[in-house]
Amino acid sequence: MNTSAVIDIRNLERRFGAKEILRGLNLQVQPGEIYALCGRNGTGKTTAIRILLGFLEPMAGEARILGVRGAELTPELRGKIGFVSEGHQMIRWMKVRDVLAFEKGTRDVFDSAWAEKTRARLELPQDMGVAKLSRGQRAQLSLLIAMAGNPEVLVMDDPALGLDAVMRREFLESMIDLLGEEGRSVLFSSHHLADVERIADRVGILHDGVLRLESSLEDLRTRVQRRHVRGSGDELLASKAESLSGVLAVQKKRDGLELLCMDLTPERETDLRAKLGDLSVPVPASLEDIFIALTARRGERRSDEDRVPLQLSGDSLSGEVQ
Amino acid sequence: MLFRIDTQALESISDQLVYQVKAAIARGELVGGDRLPSVRELARELAINPNTVSRTYQRLESDGVIVRRQGAGCFVREGKSALSKRERDRRLTELVEKAVTEAVHLKFEPEALRAALERQLEKLERERVSNEESESKGDRRA
Repeated sequence: MNTSAVIDIRNLERRFGAKEILRGLNLQVQPGEIYALCGRNGTGKTTAIRILLGFLEPMAGEARILGVRGAELTPELRGKIGFVSEGHQMIRWMKVRDVLAFEKGTRDVFDSAWAEKTRARLELPQDMGVAKLSRGQRAQLSLLIAMAGNPEVLVMDDPALGLDAVMRREFLESMIDLLGEEGRSVLFSSHHLADVERIADRVGILHDGVLRLESSLEDLRTRVQRRHVRGSGDELLASKAESLSGVLAVQKKRDGLELLCMDLTPERETDLRAKLGDLSVPVPASLEDIFIALTARRGERRSDEDRVPLQLSGDSLSGEVQ
Repeated sequence: MLFRIDTQALESISDQLVYQVKAAIARGELVGGDRLPSVRELARELAINPNTVSRTYQRLESDGVIVRRQGAGCFVREGKSALSKRERDRRLTELVEKAVTEAVHLKFEPEALRAALERQLEKLERERVSNEESESKGDRRA
């Protein structure tokens, strides 16, 4: 077991009724690392985070943060964790200044001077009611509150959900700004791949309850490639291809199969050629290509419509304050 | 200089930045002794992970393109390359090999390739001269 990991999730399982959400999730975040957990809507990103922070019990496996399970988190340890929840829930009738005062009262460590300075720099009006803030401002306030505790680790559940392009950029900038230089560990979930590309050191793609891929972003392009197999692309060959080692996903195309391969060693390549026939030269894959190949349902056609979940489609906006 | 990154690109962000710094030096837009933005400045400006900027600078430093001065920042290297003649020869051979191979696949005759190389060198020279002129007029870098 790697004990240096700040977040250590092992074989995590969770069902809701008959619905299996997590089916053996493994994920480790190392100190100083910014880790992006990606997945389509409803794939269990929030569930994993809720278990990690002790808001939900796992059915098997365990999730540790700062060395302990969520259920064992003491108030002192919680103080070392910054949490930005999905939708940035805050008390609706409070003004910005009230929120800051309220948060200070609930925590052992809360740097008011820093919070005030940062509030001014982000131009969040202190007399404005929380309900009147834009989504982008609420996201910034929420991040500010999380960081005012000077946390060792920051966990953010889809912090950019519901933000338009300008607000997202502003949020990213404030995130880079507030994270500071000292390597703080961050776990954030997202389905904005462009954000992930900019911010993350490492990315994990969650689909069907497990991580289908995990890699540092720097290595992603050398480790993952696409290969084309010319032919009829029948179901039988596709299933066979899917079971071969080095193959992450198989998509059926008009004129054959497209394989998404990872860590394709010469031995594995020889094996693929022997079992599937001739392979094309490697074609590089962007994060978006990889994400779509891994998370599109088998047979789901790759069209512009299928790209909608990657952009923010405006559905399921849970950004309302309560 | 202005950096720009493309998150859809097939090169990593760090690869893109390394190339842009080298290209700006080749054009004469950056010259020996120029200071690069700090890790934080650039990370914030581009909204990217500071670790990526830091890795980019490390790569540029080990390629002998820039030098780091403790506490002062990163500067474009002045004078000769930090790499040995032998290493430079090796890299040049590798690059030319790659370019020639690709050109053969694109069905270009040797003459066309020589001409293209010549054109690129001339273009760089023109850009360098124009950068020097604008510098001497003092309007470089608003």
